[in-house]
Amino acid sequence: MITKRIIPCLDVKDGRVVKGVNFEGLHDVNDPVELAAYYSKAGADELVFYDITASAEGRSLFTDILTKTASTIFIPLTVGGAINTVEDFDRVLKCGADKVSVNSGAIRNPKLIEEAAKRYGDQCVVISADVKRVDGKFTVFAKGGRENTGMEAVEWIRRCVDMGAGEVVLNSMDTDGVKNGFDLPMLQAVCDAVSVPVIASGGAGKIEDFITLFREIPKVDAGLAASIFHFGEVNIQELKESLRDAGITVRL
Amino acid sequence: MTAIIDYGVGNLFSLKSSLQSIGVPAVVTADPKTIAGSDRMILPGVGAFADAAGKLRDSGLDKVVKQEAAGGKPLLGICLGMQMLLEKSYEYGEHEGLGLIKGAVRPIRDVIPADLKIPHIGWNALGFPKGRPVSPLFQHIKEGDFVYFVHSYYAADCDEAVIATAEYGAPLTAAVQNGNVYGTQFHPEKSGEVGLAILRAFAAL
Repeated sequence: MITKRIIPCLDVKDGRVVKGVNFEGLHDVNDPVELAAYYSKAGADELVFYDITASAEGRSLFTDILTKTASTIFIPLTVGGAINTVEDFDRVLKCGADKVSVNSGAIRNPKLIEEAAKRYGDQCVVISADVKRVDGKFTVFAKGGRENTGMEAVEWIRRCVDMGAGEVVLNSMDTDGVKNGFDLPMLQAVCDAVSVPVIASGGAGKIEDFITLFREIPKVDAGLAASIFHFGEVNIQELKESLRDAGITVRL
Repeated sequence: MTAIIDYGVGNLFSLKSSLQSIGVPAVVTADPKTIAGSDRMILPGVGAFADAAGKLRDSGLDKVVKQEAAGGKPLLGICLGMQMLLEKSYEYGEHEGLGLIKGAVRPIRDVIPADLKIPHIGWNALGFPKGRPVSPLFQHIKEGDFVYFVHSYYAADCDEAVIATAEYGAPLTAAVQNGNVYGTQFHPEKSGEVGLAILRAFAAL
């Protein structure tokens, strides 16, 4: 049987890994290449790099880092951040990325998903959604959580999957950085609506949060987190052993 | 020297890097002479079967690969590269493969329960067929080790060639072998230490 995946996420800005708590207050954490190699050895099933660099210089620095990382680690690597065109897909895939995650770029131009899926295959296109409750409604936010699009989230994600997105990263802005557990109701709503893998993001604070996630919502495929791994609050090996002891299939 | 066959499909960067990391000299090439002069060949592949098989044929490299394989040179097909080793595929129509392994490529959907997701994506454990010697490809790994899969179609009707399966509602073909011709449905270059151990075994053939 297929295993549940544990995925550390590295936000990279100007060549360094940072972590935004509720998307504000960035701390410089570590060198991305080193951190990626460490996580690969530590048993991470996959890695996600988000490039949150604004400048063109920073972007070419990121390309170098990506190439270095992809030649060092041999587990799947997903890259997101500022993916607006099919050329952006091409740029990161050539550096060794396996999947490309789109967010604001797909909100601006939903055809991007269709075009990329046609050229690189559904398995290559990941829709990442930042979602927050607004008046009790799951609402999609763009631009790193700064802009309310007014779109209903489940409907948006379903549409992305119909257009060819092969995987969904659901980031709950309501639980992000709170470290009190994943957003189970939001995840359940999305898992009920789509038939592609769903990756839970936002809210993990401890090992038990992952056990609860996979027990309560068996349809969730993976748990993604950043700072709790970066700061050593949760050790990936211990996490996976605990999951196994709880009867959840993991790669050990 | 290991020749990674470049026929214009997908990204061969990870494959080349993974071989380099275990000290196996490799070259990404579309040159028939280089392929003829190599010690072994890897046939990669991503995307749709018809498109990839068409590109392989248009490049003329299908004949080179077949000829070299017929001469006994070890060949490893990976993912869609493995599927192309079979006789045909039913992915969006019916398309001809290289015919180096008996069997056909069919949709996973046909054989798994409806509640399981397609594609079969993620880490799954390898099972070895009972009553058969373990393939030399797996000499450095053990049954139950995890490897990384991404696919919506699988190799069917090829029981005699199956050297590993993965359980996903049904036992899906994970790897095949017919003499010197090998194929893995999973991506060894994305399967961590286990994947590197498989590539190391192939490089020693």
